[in-house]
Amino acid sequence: MNGIRKASASRRAFQLFNYCLLVGFTLICIYPFWYILIYTVSDPAAVEMSSPVLFPRGFSLANYKNIFTLSGFFPALSMSVLRTVVGTTLSVLSCSFLGYLFTKEEMPGRKFIYRLLIFTMYISGGMIANYIVIKSYGLLNSFWVYILPGMISAYNIVLIKTYIEQLPASLEESAQLDGAGYLTVFTRIVMPLSKPIIATIVVFVAVGHWNSWFDNHIYTRGNESLMTLQYLLYNYLNEAQRVAEQIKNTSNIGGIEQMISSISPKGVRMTITVLASLPIFAVYPFMQQYFVKGIMVGAVKG
Amino acid sequence: MAKTAMVVSKKKKKYQLLFMAIPFMLMVFLFSYVPIFGWIYSVYDYIPGVALPDCDFMGLEYFRLIFKDANILRTLKNTMIFAVIGIFLTPLPMVFAILLNEVGSGPVRKFIQTFTTLPNFISWVIIFSLAFALFSTDGILTSLPVKLGLTEEAQSVLSARESVYWFQTFLGQWKSLGWSSIIYLAAIAGIDQELYEAARVDGAGHFRCALHITLPSMLETYVVLFILNVGNFLNTGYEQFMLFKNSLTAPNIEVLDLYVYRIGLESMDYSYGVAISIIKSFVSILLVVTANLTAKKLRGNTVI
Repeated sequence: MNGIRKASASRRAFQLFNYCLLVGFTLICIYPFWYILIYTVSDPAAVEMSSPVLFPRGFSLANYKNIFTLSGFFPALSMSVLRTVVGTTLSVLSCSFLGYLFTKEEMPGRKFIYRLLIFTMYISGGMIANYIVIKSYGLLNSFWVYILPGMISAYNIVLIKTYIEQLPASLEESAQLDGAGYLTVFTRIVMPLSKPIIATIVVFVAVGHWNSWFDNHIYTRGNESLMTLQYLLYNYLNEAQRVAEQIKNTSNIGGIEQMISSISPKGVRMTITVLASLPIFAVYPFMQQYFVKGIMVGAVKG
Repeated sequence: MAKTAMVVSKKKKKYQLLFMAIPFMLMVFLFSYVPIFGWIYSVYDYIPGVALPDCDFMGLEYFRLIFKDANILRTLKNTMIFAVIGIFLTPLPMVFAILLNEVGSGPVRKFIQTFTTLPNFISWVIIFSLAFALFSTDGILTSLPVKLGLTEEAQSVLSARESVYWFQTFLGQWKSLGWSSIIYLAAIAGIDQELYEAARVDGAGHFRCALHITLPSMLETYVVLFILNVGNFLNTGYEQFMLFKNSLTAPNIEVLDLYVYRIGLESMDYSYGVAISIIKSFVSILLVVTANLTAKKLRGNTVI
């Protein structure tokens, strides 16, 4: 009797500790987002005096009004949306179709071609070789450099192929007996049946496109009309960091003031950050149901 | 007669499959295989705009250079430090999953899981922006010790050279811990509940159940993931480090991948950059093969 009570006391102590630890970590995960949110909706004048901590200081949408008048904002937003929509559509359609073709055992040389594809998961030419090749294709400063290089993803094809293989073969066979070709079977039967896996891949590919900035940095820096929202934010941050460094290394007071006035206001940076994370927050509840399938993507992607 | 026609049409259909796959495989060839053939640039002194045969043939000169380059040593050291810290932290998602499992299934667990997984889907640029807002010289967390009277001058962790390894590792874990634990949560959900009941009948408490049932059931998953990741030992990636690099942290934050970027795309020394990439690829393959063979010896089957 005594032993049980003792165990439950230590168990309760553990539970308390465990809750504090996990909830504490969760709060650390949330707070940065909360902080930039309350910062951007605070009254800019009040924020100048002292930063908000838990709640907004005053309330104002001035930061957001400001952003909408910022010249580069809407083009960058449209570019991000465009690359996400076009990139996701083309990538998911081609990966699904190729995944379907690879389930057809009668395809000549199927095993060899499939291996050629899988090989690309383990070896890549590397950043510089990729750059030279893309440059030689004339894709520098072109919209298609966002879409084409990553369009065929071996991982996603493996996922789709595995999924299609476990569908009942009878449906497809009866359609083929009715004279339907591969394309018809794919669009009318396989695609609708594979909705769960395709939805998973759509979500992960779209998030990847939305978050991407490095291709913008190395391939399309020279074409301002191709600037994405993430890269716009990157530029603002880079500028802020550079100025902060210069301030540290200089003793010229007049120069500092000039630099500070040339820096884009903190509010602009923070507001773009909120707006760039917003789509992720918006699709997140919808994404959660696909997590376990998505892990497979994560696991092979390592 | 009809039979032959059918055989012919079947054969035609077979090749139809191949023809439909060709355009897509052409893309794979153009964007994945051509760059591998591009490794040939490493034995020439390639100058952009000059045709390769007209460039000076260098042989293995660039590969020899790798072993003489002090920057390689420094960036390799940085890469190794990040990798070793990372390896020590690989059990963390498993531990997180076990602890989360102890919370039971209620709104608290859902709350924890939802918000710890979220950062995984946020881009590094945004994370850098968040870190900048919190930790830069005028950031809210940097000025906190000053306000509390703990220190005189605000010291930004973003420009602290010595703690770079720990701070970047912390950010990496902050981003990925919740997400990486999901696979273990799935493994826990798959454990036969009868095992727990039997153990409880034998008088095992919660702690013993976790130690003797939950943990061993997850080790398999852990080993598989570990081996899959061994090949990425040197591939720390560049996004995070490129964003957080500044003149103060540069000596410690520059990893091999970032060095390749600097050599190739900033100094335009394409050939040397490619040479480093090649060596890196070989080391990765060697690591994966070794890990896979070790796994075969230990467990009797390979992972890949």
